Amino acid sequence: MKTIYTFLALFLLVGLNAQDRYLTRSGDIKFFSNAPLEDIEANTNKALSIVDLSKGQIAVDILVKSFEFEKQLMQEHFNENYMESDKYPKAQFSGTFEAAESLKQMREGVYEVEVSGDLTIHGVSKPIKTMATLKVNMGKLSGEVVFKANVKEFDIKIPKVVVKNIAEEVEITGAFNYEPYK
Amino acid sequence: MQKSTLIICLLFIGFTSLNAQDNLLDILADEQEEVDQTVTSIFKGQRLINGHTVVTRKASELEFLIAHRFGRINSGIDEFFGLDQANVRFSLEYGITDKITAGVGRNSFEKVYDGFVKFNLVEQKLKGTPVSITGLSSMAIRTADNFNFDEDDFNSKVSYTHQLLIARKVSDKLSLQLAPTWVHRNKVLDTQQNEVLALGVGGRVRLNQRISLNTEYYYRLTDEQAPFKDSFGVGMEIETGGHVFHLQFTNSRSMVERGFITETNGDFLGGDIHFGFNISRVF
Repeated sequence: MKTIYTFLALFLLVGLNAQDRYLTRSGDIKFFSNAPLEDIEANTNKALSIVDLSKGQIAVDILVKSFEFEKQLMQEHFNENYMESDKYPKAQFSGTFEAAESLKQMREGVYEVEVSGDLTIHGVSKPIKTMATLKVNMGKLSGEVVFKANVKEFDIKIPKVVVKNIAEEVEITGAFNYEPYK
Repeated sequence: MQKSTLIICLLFIGFTSLNAQDNLLDILADEQEEVDQTVTSIFKGQRLINGHTVVTRKASELEFLIAHRFGRINSGIDEFFGLDQANVRFSLEYGITDKITAGVGRNSFEKVYDGFVKFNLVEQKLKGTPVSITGLSSMAIRTADNFNFDEDDFNSKVSYTHQLLIARKVSDKLSLQLAPTWVHRNKVLDTQQNEVLALGVGGRVRLNQRISLNTEYYYRLTDEQAPFKDSFGVGMEIETGGHVFHLQFTNSRSMVERGFITETNGDFLGGDIHFGFNISRVF
């Protein structure tokens, strides 16, 4: 009898542990460059992200080649000339945030959190800090974030000829609808 | 009993902690689906020097290509090293789908109108397919009178070229292409053959993000007498945003397949070199 209880307790524990983590394979990431001559926009809906509410951790992983542009040629240049996607196939973020007790318990509501961590693009890691919104609605967790990244900081060179076409600071928007991760 | 419970407990704890990988990025790396990505930018443009590359335009992209070949460099100061004579080709090349491109062009040399259709059959993948393959069929109509022919009806002005372009991006810096080619000319001189088979080889070496060195050689498998030579070209490719510039040196004057593959008569090493450029703009 004792054994069965132990089993039950352990199963519950495992179950609880698993529910602290939420994953999405179809996160939306968009970036927007606003330069004097041209606005450039690209997006992907194949971003991977995972959140661990109990530990207040979050991670994002994107295949750079999954970004789609309006013009095919732009996409080619983006991958070959700027991001060197064959050499650095992924862009990643890994960070932490302070999760309120009610968020940990997945109580309905909108939670503003400050996320800080390392953003890795083009093989270069930079610490960033930004506000993000986590939302619990009908028992589902979702997240949204908007922040700016400086292209130069990630060692991405913009030649003088296109300096008016590509902004130095790029606005990045992310939206994620998480599912429990087991 | 106690002992076995303990063992089971320990096993469970071990299992749980294994399951709970601490690094979230590692979990994502495991979750990331294995996709075999298509290799992009095997070549930058649709031309290597004179001949086509495996590249096709994407759906509804329009390319406007302006190409010049000047006279021979060894023609001396009287001809300003060839710059006095210019041969121009304009063309519009349109991506019907991502795989199919069609184009029409006009050459001032021999007043040739040309048209082609290109079909990308196979795409090189990062792990799987090792090469990209594109088929090309082109037709050229020479409208300048040819004094070598007694009758010069429409049929005798037409020639066809069929090519299989096979290319591989070997590394980030190097792409190579093989091009088995069949040229059919409706009417030829007594010393020429109607059918000419040739094998094109070429490549692109990237010098930096924007500049690369291109070269191309068409070896004729069909034996023909002088004065015809194999076509050779070497050039620099410069890319700026939507434009691609080529600056090149070749022993061929013509820019249509029939012309440069089968009727090149310059001796490159003897100095019969035509300087030229291509400017490509994609809309």
